[in-house]
Amino acid sequence: MSTIGYSNWAVDLKDVNAIYPFQGWEVAMVLAAVAFWLIWHIVQIWQENREYKEDRTEHYNASNVGNSVDRY
Amino acid sequence: MGSNLDALTTIFTEFYYWVTVVFMFLIHVGFCMYEVGVSRRRNHMHTLMKNTMLIPLVSITFFLFGWWIYSAFINGPGITGPLEAAEASLPWSTTMGANMQDHITGVFWAAFLLFSWTTASIVSGSIIERMRSGAFWIIAVLVGSVLWIFDASWGWHPQGWMVKVLGYHDAYASGVVHAIAGGAALAALIVLGPRVGKFAADGTPREIPPHNPWLVTIGIFLIYTGFWGFYAACNIPIISPEVIGGQITGANWTATTIYFTPTSLGAITVNFILSLSGGMMGVYIISKGDAFWTYSGGLAGIIAASAGNDLYHPVQAFFIGAIVPCIAYKLHYFVERVFKIDDAVGAVAVHGYSGFLGVVVAGFVLWGAPSSPFEGFATISPGGNAIGAVIMFALGFFPILIVASVLDGIGLLRVPREVELLGLDYKTQAAYEQSVADVQHAEKATT
Repeated sequence: MSTIGYSNWAVDLKDVNAIYPFQGWEVAMVLAAVAFWLIWHIVQIWQENREYKEDRTEHYNASNVGNSVDRY
Repeated sequence: MGSNLDALTTIFTEFYYWVTVVFMFLIHVGFCMYEVGVSRRRNHMHTLMKNTMLIPLVSITFFLFGWWIYSAFINGPGITGPLEAAEASLPWSTTMGANMQDHITGVFWAAFLLFSWTTASIVSGSIIERMRSGAFWIIAVLVGSVLWIFDASWGWHPQGWMVKVLGYHDAYASGVVHAIAGGAALAALIVLGPRVGKFAADGTPREIPPHNPWLVTIGIFLIYTGFWGFYAACNIPIISPEVIGGQITGANWTATTIYFTPTSLGAITVNFILSLSGGMMGVYIISKGDAFWTYSGGLAGIIAASAGNDLYHPVQAFFIGAIVPCIAYKLHYFVERVFKIDDAVGAVAVHGYSGFLGVVVAGFVLWGAPSSPFEGFATISPGGNAIGAVIMFALGFFPILIVASVLDGIGLLRVPREVELLGLDYKTQAAYEQSVADVQHAEKATT
């Protein structure tokens, strides 16, 4: 039993192909990566909206803007 | 790997591309330093993270579909043939993982990925201090994992339809990487608009000086350094005529371009240095010694000569590198003044205009030269390369114009005006200052 298909290296390398774990599950792994990527964008935009809303409503005033601009 | 010579060639090629990848990483380090140096203090972290996070996003998407696009769309499809299956480049192909029968795909994929980062990162600099990170990362994925690799499939593949039909020649990616990125940046800038305060009420542009010129300097030197790796990565390091399988005869092995046309690492090294030198000398004069533009001129000089630097004489590379960036410099200020385009780092000029013009110039200088070692391909010509240059720029410009307009329409493109004035790092900076105050207070309390 081995996740990569080999439990020892008593082999002729010319006969060896893929050696990564869980061969046969490649499509499922790719679909999981696609889902993770798309969900990441959604969560990031949600977080960004929340941060900007907080900046606008709680921190935006002439004093804070003046201090930020003066830092250059 | 049949014989020891085959084995050595494979291992050498594997290591060669691995080294180019490490070198090219410096391009991204340089872009980050450059952008942070140009941005103002209140936007540093936002600027840095915007460019940094394109690395993982373009990487995963280039794995998922970018690499497949390169091999699948070589015929258009519908121009020289159908859509190719390109099964070996699918993300679930067994050769995309550890596989003892394929040592090269991984490093070749990585070299292309680093081109992808560069293409997306070119857009990043121009839109700093007012584009939302979320919007930029969507645009970065489109540019880095879809658009540029589409044009690479068409015009930067030994069997690409643009090479076959137009004789398109762009050995070190003047158009394939730089013109398309410049086109995309220009489109994003048109929709995005200028930074607050960039233009006076009467439309006169104001200079927004870089916060840290030294960081800008080191950044662009690092981009130069990484560019060596970029050039080497565009070559096939060693191959025999038999393996190429084209019209080249004899037993002499050679380095080739991506098109399998012969060149040498020595030739492109000399041309790289002289086109860099030409760009710096030309733009130093036209900008009256402006340091920012002199550095950018060097980069623009390389980009301008890149399309033909596999074949140019060094003096030709020098003069192309000297003249084209001067035109790009003038175009930058013309576009800024007339169309109110606020390109914070001059990326559209350095990459877009110089890349576009570089492809056009290569069509004239290399007129009649073979574009490929294979039979039936068109030769290099002014018309073929001019059409190719338009395709490259337009393939970046129009899709990004549409996507940026959609993002703008749903309020996701631009940072709110209040936040832009407050600074994009406001929350991060406030937390930093609070932490500093807390620890100082705690330390003083122990005495």
